[in-house]
Parts: sequence; structure tokens; C-alpha cells
Amino acid sequence: MTVTSSRSRRAGWVGAAYAAPTALIVGVFFIVPLLLVGWMSLHDWPLLGLPEINAPENFTAMADNELIADAAWFTVKYTVIITVLLFAVAFGLALLVQHQRRGVGLLRTAFFLPVAVGFASASLLFLGLLSQEIGPFKTDEYISWTSGSPSLALGSAVVLVLWRFAGFNMLIMLTGLQAIPTELYEAARIDGATRFQIFRRITVPLMRPTIALVLTLMIAGSLLAFDQFWILTRGGPDNSTTSLVMVIYREAFIRLDLGAAAALSVVLLGVLVVFNVIQFGVLRSRRGA
Amino acid sequence: MRGTSPQRAMLAVLASAALVLGMAACSEGKTNTPAALAVDDGATLTLWTRAATEGVSKKFADAYNATHKNKVQVTAYPNEEYPAKLASAAGARALPDLFASDVVFAPQYASENLWLDITDRVNALPFKDKLAKAHLDNAVWKNKNYAVPHTIDMSVMLYSIDLYTKAGLDPSKPPKNLNEFADHARKIDALGGDVNGTYFGGNCGGCNVFTLWPSVWAAGGEVMDKEGTKSTVNSKEMADVFALYRKLYDEGVAAPAAKDEAGPTWLGALQGGNIGIAPGPSVWLGLIEEKGVKMGVAPITGISGGESTFIGGDSMGIGATSTKAAQAWDFLQWTMGDEAQVEVVAKNKGIPFRTDLAANKYSSADPRIVTINNLVAKGRTPYAKNFNATYNDPQSPWIATFRGAFFGPDAKKALDDGAAKLTASLQKS
Repeated sequence: MTVTSSRSRRAGWVGAAYAAPTALIVGVFFIVPLLLVGWMSLHDWPLLGLPEINAPENFTAMADNELIADAAWFTVKYTVIITVLLFAVAFGLALLVQHQRRGVGLLRTAFFLPVAVGFASASLLFLGLLSQEIGPFKTDEYISWTSGSPSLALGSAVVLVLWRFAGFNMLIMLTGLQAIPTELYEAARIDGATRFQIFRRITVPLMRPTIALVLTLMIAGSLLAFDQFWILTRGGPDNSTTSLVMVIYREAFIRLDLGAAAALSVVLLGVLVVFNVIQFGVLRSRRGA
Repeated sequence: MRGTSPQRAMLAVLASAALVLGMAACSEGKTNTPAALAVDDGATLTLWTRAATEGVSKKFADAYNATHKNKVQVTAYPNEEYPAKLASAAGARALPDLFASDVVFAPQYASENLWLDITDRVNALPFKDKLAKAHLDNAVWKNKNYAVPHTIDMSVMLYSIDLYTKAGLDPSKPPKNLNEFADHARKIDALGGDVNGTYFGGNCGGCNVFTLWPSVWAAGGEVMDKEGTKSTVNSKEMADVFALYRKLYDEGVAAPAAKDEAGPTWLGALQGGNIGIAPGPSVWLGLIEEKGVKMGVAPITGISGGESTFIGGDSMGIGATSTKAAQAWDFLQWTMGDEAQVEVVAKNKGIPFRTDLAANKYSSADPRIVTINNLVAKGRTPYAKNFNATYNDPQSPWIATFRGAFFGPDAKKALDDGAAKLTASLQKS
């Protein structure tokens, strides 16, 4: 009795010791900053000097900020567009290269390669490519791909994001596809199922956890969009491509109002949490059904 | 991020070393007051600047390091990243010993106390009254000095000698007023082909502040009150200037790319040699001529005459968290001295920010440089605490305002609405 309990107690300590480094890192780099942002959002927080409590001013002041409503609407619009397109392209690519065939290795590498380019560098690369002044593609009629019109600017950013992220999401979905046992496909084929039936009844249901993961990553990433607009379109033309994170950046580093920036971050975090809870809820109920 | 801990450790070592040195300087200072203001005792000083100013800062540092015991180390950051870099350094109480800022952002940094109060040191300068006044005054907050001029860049009219000649205009007679400027631009535009009459940054806040406001000042108008709290962007003088450029764009005299120019390709457009005459930064003179385009320089004028300029450039002050203020001041004081102004600034075709050194042995070799240097006394630097958020930032109300005035359906309404929005932004605490 005593032997086993002391052994299990020791095992508990060992387990805790193994988990400690991770817990420490999560604590220092995730929980502490999170609490700090919440704390900051309640204060008038200067760069130097002592903060003063001013709650709830940082939150109520959002109502006067004209940029926020437009940026929120744009961010949602962008998230919907990019999630649909990116999912379709990435899934398509994954289906294209899921079987071992001649040349598939080359294709997989080619699709995945853009991931190796930093996102900011990729944005700069597109800025140069799309420029009529310094880029390689010149049209007879002058056209600005990055700030000629709101839809052109958004379109350019979408193409950039598709190019940069399709390969990464393809890879995740490829692992999902390859986890489906081939016996299932064989059995279905013997039963005389068509390609479409196989896709609908076997591939999609068994891919559900992977799809959920990919969608969660895409939605969270899109709601936090920054680099592509900050560098490629500078939020323009006429603030038509200003994302929420750009508004946060403006509050923090242009207006030097850290409290207001923290308050906006807290709100955005809340929205993200709600989105994720809904997503996981949907996922779980489908799995139960 | 990865570099944080070694940096911290080094900072700690440097800080403690500086503390010891600082104490030594203080005790020495009790007997000899000037020594307390500026000390050259072999300290290592960190200096931050943005890429646009890096060249000048490095030349200053090299010349200073060669003749002093203190050593200045220059670190430059990309222009867009720089304000964020400073803000995070301030938050971490790890500002460099010296840092530069765009002169129009100086009131904001001063009000946030990111620089040390150097009022006593500035007042002790024998040449204080000879420093470019508009520039110096921009780093004042509540009657205290926080920074001194570091570089000067002014807005001027740049025009292509070749295109002037081709269009039958006399390159020795640049426009005397904005209407003449428009006429010249039209004549050059008529040459056709890839040639355009003029160019401007139709989607760039900083560019238009820099190039359009002098025309308003030259006409005796104002764009903003002296305290930087109320916008008069809908004044007649400003509206006239917008209308003139709007017309040039509508007629196709301004290059079509002007509408979307956000800044990055502005210099490239002028270097191409296909633009007749356009306002731009004086420091680009050398950069354009490097590409084989011969340029003339003229002052920016008002609609019917007068001339003015926007005195831009960078201010530099001592980081508020620095423990080496006396050593840092030794460097700053030296950069404003005769030797640095002539042998570093003027020699490299820069503009001395000492008005008594406008004419010097290097400037007299090029009459265009004399034209530019003499403008320092006529120019202005607008003062506003919220300058960046109101005018420079891509999401600023200024950009929305002038885009309405240049390209929108109703210029007058854009300016009236804009004035209200600009004033609100300027007054935000």
C-alpha cells in the first residue's frame, strides 16, 4: 500500500517535472502577456512613466474611432473570401498530389516552397512584382494593382495570401488524406461507388477533423491579417483595405496610446474565442451525429 | 526576440560602467560646470536612426569617433519600422543613448518624455541663435528643449534641364509662381511619348505636407494654427493649390501614376528622367543626377508669387533612459559645431543647419546649393503633437482629405469635412 502510493506520488512529481518547462514557457510567453494586455486595457498607459487607471475609457472611446467599424467589416469580408478560396485551392492541391505518381514529389515541393519565404518578404516581393514602375509586368494603360481601386487592392492581397499559404494548408490536408485507410476506398470501389460518391461518403467525413483544424487556422489567421495589407496596400486606397490589427498598430505605435491598443486587442481576442467556440461546437455535434 | 537576453546583459554591464563614469563626471563637474554638460571619456554610445538618415548619421559618427575618446555606434532601422522600434524600446526602458526622429514627430516624442530635457545644455550653446529656428523649435514641449537638429531636408522644385530645353523653355528661368509652374508643366507634357509634365504623391501623406504647404505659406496662408490644434485645410490658399494640381492631373499633365503614388516609387519616377518639373526633397538632387538626369533647383512658390519651403529632416536627442547624457551631449554639441557642419555636412552636399554657415567653401562651388541653403531662413516646420497620426500615417484623415480634393467628386466638401476631421485628430489627447 505505502509502497505503491509513494511510487505513484514520485511518478506524479516526475510528470510535473517533465511538464514544467512547457508550463513555464506557456506561462511566461502566453499567460503573463495575456493578463498584462487585459490590465493595460484598463489604464492610460504611457510609454515611460506611471500608468493611471481610466477604465472604461479605452473601451468607450472605440465608439468615436471611425476606422474601427470599417476595419471590422473589411476584416470579416476578407476572412470569408480568403477562407473559402484558400480552402478550395489547398484541398484541390492536396487531392492532386495525394497519390504516389511520377513527378508528384516535384509538384508537392513546388506547391510547398512559398512557405519558406517569410510573409513580410513575400509581401515586398509582390509589391515589386505588381509595381508598374519597377515590376516586370507593364501594361500599355497604366494600372495600379495595389492601390488603383479597393477591389484590385484586395484581389492582389488575396492572390498573395493564396500563393503563400496554399502549400502549407495542402500539406496538412495531405496528412489527413493519407490517414484514410486504402481498404475503405477499395471496398467502396468493389461496391460500385462512383468517384463522387467516394469523395462525399468517405473522404469528406473522414477528413472532418483535419478540415476543422485547417479552417480554424485560416479563420484565426485572417482575422489577425496585418503584413499583407500593411506592406502591399498600406490599408488603401482610401482605407478600403485596413484590417483590425492595423488599427491596433496605429493606436499603439502611431498614436502611442497603449491603453487603447490593448483594449482593442482584448475585444479582438474575445471575437476570436467566440469564433473558435462555435467552430468546435459545430465539429463536436457533427461528430456525435 | 532571440537577441534579448545577451542584449540585456550587455546593457547591464554598459549601464553599470556608465554609472561609474557618470559619477566620476559629476564629481569632476562640481569644480568645472561645462565639463558636466559634455564629457569625452571613452564611453560607447548607441545611436538609432531610420534608414533615410543613416548615411548622414554614419558620417557624423565616423568623423567624431576618429577624433574623440567616446565611440558612437550607429544602428539604422527601416523607415516604416522605426517608430514602432522606438516605442517598444521605450516600453522596455531600453532606449539608446541617442536617437533621431523625423522632425515633425519631435513634439510627440518630447511630450512623451522619450528624450531627456536638454534645455540648459541648448541654452549654453554659443551658436544657439544660429541654429535653424523652425527645426529647433519643433523639439520643444512646454518651453523645454528635448532635441536638436540632426539633418535638414527641404522641399524644392526640381526640374529637368533637358526637358526644359526640348520644350523651348529657358532652364535658367524656373517658374516664379505656381501658375507659371503649371504652364511649364503643360508645355513639357506636350512633348508627348513617355514624358509627363509633373508628378506628385497622390496617395502619400508625408509627401503632400512637404510639397504643398510651402505654396500656401508663400501665398500668406496657413494650413494649421501655431499650436498644432486646429486645421485650416479649407482656407482659400490651400484650396487654390489643390485645385491647381487637380487640374494638372485631370488634363493628364501629371503622370497617371501620381494618383497611386504612396511614396516608395516617388524617387524612382523622378530618376526616370521623364518628368518635367515637380516638387520634391532637396536631398534628391544628387540621387537623381546619379542616374544621369540633369536637374535644376528652384524654390517652391505660391499661386501668384512668393516662395517658401518645408524644413524637414531629423531631430536628435538623448534617450530618456540613457545613463550617459554628458557623453551623448558631447557628440550632439560637436555635430552642430563649425567643423562638423562644414567638413561633414556641407562637404557631402548636405544643408548646414547653422544659418551662419549657409555660405561655405563647398557650397560656393554649386550655385544650386546656395539657392537651397538660403531657403533655410525662409522655411517653416509645422508643429503638432499628433502630426504622425493626423498627416503621415496611411490611415490619417489628411490622406482622405487631399484624395477627396484631388480626385473626389466634390473638392470643396472634401476640404470642409477634412478640416473638421483634422482638427479632431489634432486635438485628441
